[in-house]
Formats: sequence, C-alpha cells, structure tokens
Amino acid sequence: MDQPPVPPQPDADDELTRVHPNYAHALRVQTALGSLPVLVAAAVIEIALRKLDLLPPGLIAGVVLLIVIALVIRIPQSRFNARGYQMGSDRLRVVRGLMFRSDTVVPFGRVQHIDVAQGPLERFFGIATLTLHTAGNHNASVSLPGLGEELARDMREDIRAHIRRETL
Amino acid sequence: MSDTRRTAPLGIVIGALGSAQNAIFPAAAAGFSGGLGGAGLLVGLGVGLAVILIGSAFSYLGWRRTTYTTGETDIRVESGVLSRTARSVPYERIQDVSLEAKPLPRLLGLVAVKFETGAGGADDLALTYLTAAEGERLRQLVRERREDEAAAAATVSADPAAPARAAVDAGPETGQVLFAMGPVRLFTFGLFEFSLAVFAVVGGALQYVDNVTSIDVWNVDIWYRWLKQQGSTVATLGPYAQALAAAAGLAGLMVVGSATGVVRTFLRDWGYTLTRSARGFRRQRGMLTRTDVVMPAHRVQGLVIGTGLVRYRFGWHSLSFVSLAQDDKEQSHVVAPFASMAEITPIVAASGFRLPTETTQWQRASTRHRNDLAARDAAIFVLATIVAAIAAPAGLFLIPLGLAVLAVGANLYAWEFRRHAIDEAQVYASHGFLSPRQEIATRLKLHSVEIAQGPVARLRGYATVHLGLAGGSFAMRGVPLAEARRLRAQVLETITATDYSRLDAPPQSAPAPQALSAAQSGLSENFLAT
Repeated sequence: MDQPPVPPQPDADDELTRVHPNYAHALRVQTALGSLPVLVAAAVIEIALRKLDLLPPGLIAGVVLLIVIALVIRIPQSRFNARGYQMGSDRLRVVRGLMFRSDTVVPFGRVQHIDVAQGPLERFFGIATLTLHTAGNHNASVSLPGLGEELARDMREDIRAHIRRETL
Repeated sequence: MSDTRRTAPLGIVIGALGSAQNAIFPAAAAGFSGGLGGAGLLVGLGVGLAVILIGSAFSYLGWRRTTYTTGETDIRVESGVLSRTARSVPYERIQDVSLEAKPLPRLLGLVAVKFETGAGGADDLALTYLTAAEGERLRQLVRERREDEAAAAATVSADPAAPARAAVDAGPETGQVLFAMGPVRLFTFGLFEFSLAVFAVVGGALQYVDNVTSIDVWNVDIWYRWLKQQGSTVATLGPYAQALAAAAGLAGLMVVGSATGVVRTFLRDWGYTLTRSARGFRRQRGMLTRTDVVMPAHRVQGLVIGTGLVRYRFGWHSLSFVSLAQDDKEQSHVVAPFASMAEITPIVAASGFRLPTETTQWQRASTRHRNDLAARDAAIFVLATIVAAIAAPAGLFLIPLGLAVLAVGANLYAWEFRRHAIDEAQVYASHGFLSPRQEIATRLKLHSVEIAQGPVARLRGYATVHLGLAGGSFAMRGVPLAEARRLRAQVLETITATDYSRLDAPPQSAPAPQALSAAQSGLSENFLAT
C-alpha cells in the first residue's frame, strides 16, 4: 500500500475527547421528562391508598421520588462520562455504553453520507448529533450525539473534504 | 457556486390532500358520535376541516423548513420543523438518481427525487417533491459531476493495474463450468436433506379430510379403539416381534424422511450448474421452476462455508457468496450447496478469495470466554439440580445434573471450533458446535470495525469484534482485548488506504500465484482438521 506515512492513529483508551457538557444537561432533562409518568403513577397510587390508611402517608410517592431524583442525577452523568470520540485524520472513533461498551471506528473512506441532526432539546442546548452512514449491514449508521453545533458541522465538512480528496 | 433552493410549492398541495385523506375517519367518527341529525353532520364537518387545516399547516411548515443545496462537493438537504436534520451526500457517493412520479404528483407535474448511495434503502436521501424539470436538472448535474471526476480519476490513476485487470477479466471468457451436480450427487444430497415435513403435509390433509368427510379424525376414541385393536394383535406376538415392529416403524420413518429430502432436492436443484463467465457467476437450477441467477464477481463481499451435523462427518460442505443482493429468502447466494472441499477450492479461487492455508495463523477464542459461556449455560441446570435435590424424590436431581455436565461439555467442544485469523488480505472466522461454519471476508471490503463488550466481557477482558460487511455480518467472538485492538488496527490500516469509490476499480493487488496454489494443495486437510 503506497499511502503516505499514517499519522499516529488513535487506539488507546486514554485519548478520548469528551462530548459537550451540555449533553449531560440534555440527558438529564430527557431522563426527568421520561420519569414523569412514573411520578404521576406513584402519586395516583399514593392518593388511592390514602383512604385505606395502610401505610404512613407519603411512603410510596416519597420513595419513588427519591429513586427518580437519584437516577436523574446519576445516570446522565455516567452516560456522559461513558461517551467519547476521537477524530483522526482519516477515521472517527466513537465510544459509548455504560454496561455494554462499544468502541467503533468508521474510516472516512467508507462513509456514504453524513447527517447532522438536532432535536428540540438538542437545539435548546446548542448541541447536535453527527451520524455517519456506511454500506455495511452492521453499523449501517454510527451516531455521535452531544457535539457542539458548530463542531458537528465542522466535522462534517472535514469528513466530506476527506472523501473529496480521496476520490480525486 | 452553491445554490440553495426550496422544493416545489405545489408539494404543499399534495401534503394537504394527504391530510384530507387522514381527515375522513376522525370526521366520520365525530359525526356519528354527535348523532345522526344536523348537529352530528356539523361536528363531523368541523372536525374534518380542523384536521385538514392542521395537516395543511404542517405541510406548509415542512415545506418552509426544507431546503436543498447543490454545492461544490455535495448535495445537502435540511429539513424538519422541530427536529432539524441536515443530510449531506458527497457527489462521489451517489450511484444513481431516480425520479419517481406517483399518480397524484404526476398530475401536478411533480417527481420525487432519490439519490441512491451504497448505504441503500431507507437511509438514502430523498426530495419530495420537485418539478419534473428540476428533477431532470439535478440528475444531469450529478452526472456531470460524476463524469468530471471519472475523467480526473482516469488521468490520475493511469495505473499499471488496469491492463492486468482487463487480462484477468478476459481470461475466463466463455462460461467455464465450475461446479455441477449430477443425479447421483443430488441423490446423496437428498439423503442428507432428511425431512419429516411430509407429516405436516399429511396432518394438513387429514384436517381437509375431516372437513369434507364425516369421519372425525380428531376424535380420540376412534384412534384409541384402532390402537387397542392393533395393540392387542402386537401384544400376542411376543417381545421380539414387538422390538422388530418398533424397529420397522423407525426404519419406515427414516425411509419417508429421506425420500422427502431426495424429492425436494431433485425439484430444487435438478441440473445444477455454476459457470464463470465474463459477467460473473451464473447459477442455473430447478426442475419445475428453473432459475438462472447471475452474480457479478466484484459484488462478492465475503464467503460462507457451511456444513451440517451429519454431512460434516462425510466431508460435505456448502459455499455461499455474501453480497448486497438477496437470494430468495436467504441472505447470501448459495453457489455450491453440497460439495467436497476439493470442489469448493476452484470456486473460491475464481471469486478472488483464498481459503485458509496451513500458514494461516488461527487464534482461538479466549479460554475465559469459554469458561464463562460454560458456566452461564450450566448455571440454570445447576439451579434446577439444587431445587430437585431439595424438593423432588431422591435421584431425580441426577437429570439436571447430567444436563449441566452436558452443557459444559458442549461448550468445551464448541470452543474447539471458535477461531479467527487475519492475513494480509483477508479475515477469517469459524464457529459452530458439531458443524463448523467458516466465514471469509476481504479486509478491503469492510466498512467499519467495532469492539463490543458486555459487563462480563469487560470484567474478564475479552471482546467481540464486529466488522461491517455489506450484505452480511462478520463477528469474531471471545477475542482477548489486546488482540481485538491489534486486529482493529490492522483492518483499519487496509480500509483507510483505499477509498470506497475505488473498491471495485483496481483488483486488490491480486494474491501471488504461488500462494494461491499453495492454498489449493494444503487447505482441505487443514479445514477438515478444524
């Protein structure tokens, strides 16, 4: 293979770039919104059982509330910590997962097209998700959420420029 | 010279009409629930109008928020009212531009434009709707860009490989038969395709009989009486005759099952021939419905060599090509369903792959992975053993205990087959319990590399390496973490050296001929030894 000497390529665990701190906030809001139905259900049960007078008041709703608060504080932070990426000169490495770790590398030379997407929450926090689509069945699309809006666009431009260079 | 535009405004009308369609049911429901009088009609109309208005408003908003940009290097589409998505497709990756006009858009002179890439399917970029002229302009534009590049690429890479490749292509010009199955082979094949499906058919037929005649086949009494009658006859014969009868029954089952297999195989694979022509691999088969499939050689992404529990002991294997195209219901194309390794070897060589040789450095899965799997599979039986030892009558706990031992044994045995290897051009993986399955892929034609670890795997320091293969999957399981990293680095080195757009162009520095012949001589023993 007659390629120019490859610049030092990422492969160790310690050099990961963290995603935008706002990603943790976005996750927190998301988790909080997601646990709303649980809280409502707990409140309903609490009120329904109030008449029976079986348990001390506030036991069910209180415990549920505590659990939810703990989750909202803990889980998003550890999910944020588990996320990382590494932008090489010719590849993107994406690391994710709390329990089930996955460490994926997509070479730019195999990228078919690129998405930069923002949901309402992401727009509020000024972050975006970069998605690379490949032709393989496994990892047909690799997403990297929690990038700063500008950064996501810049990364897209870089990858596109790389594809352009390689084809010419 | 980037140029940002909106889709055709008339597209809003189509969205609005779509919402009118959606409005019918809510309107009708509201109308009926409001009573059949004048009030109900009014409510229905009101609800319908509201749905249409909301739908049209969304259609309008969607249109307002959708733009597409034809830039210097890519086409970009931005869309979404609340969630914004910007998709960028480089011209280099666009394989085709398709214009589609369904009846309604067609009436309004609109088309849906789809930019097809290697990602395929739902992930492709689509623009709904553009005027027919604009669609045609885009298609033209993409073509021009592609041609510019092709011209540029031709001048740049006037590589020495090109003529060599032409020679390779010209070589097996006139369809050379690579593999064929005569009636004798088909018969043998059929015996291994043992199937008791015929009993399902008989069951179905009985149900049919049940429906058209007055005999109630599901009535237990009839059968019981019949069995009793037969049973008393059998009982008079004595134990030897009874054993003989049972053996005869089993033999009958074997005969019926094998006959079914043979008939099905003859119907499916009669006149099986695989030829290699300039266009690719051509497979013809079938007695009643004859199929004729052509697979272009450069589309082959990987190979799968499979086998069966019994046929493996007799040295029979099957060979399939992995490609993006689908074969009937199968994911990959069967090219040799029932062949010896000596017959598979030339087919593999013709497809530009190599089988593993003695020099292939096989790596076994981590022993920790093996132990964990064995422990996991045995755990449930051990649990059952404990429960049985406490609660069930004495001695019964031996059954789950035996199963636990079996589970451990099975895992130890399966480990023997779980291996992987990498050489300068290809990756190999083999796995399977009792019937090993071998997968081969070209390093160059992989699309991504993932190292995945579950909680146990992280604790114990091994991982699964998933390789992105177009049209199939490729995974190496139980690889020690350090080795997984090394594997990834090696594969990535190959992938990054060549861009996707060049994959089909130069043949990946064709494997040295001597290596190839070495591969042919030594591999079958090697594979059988696995």
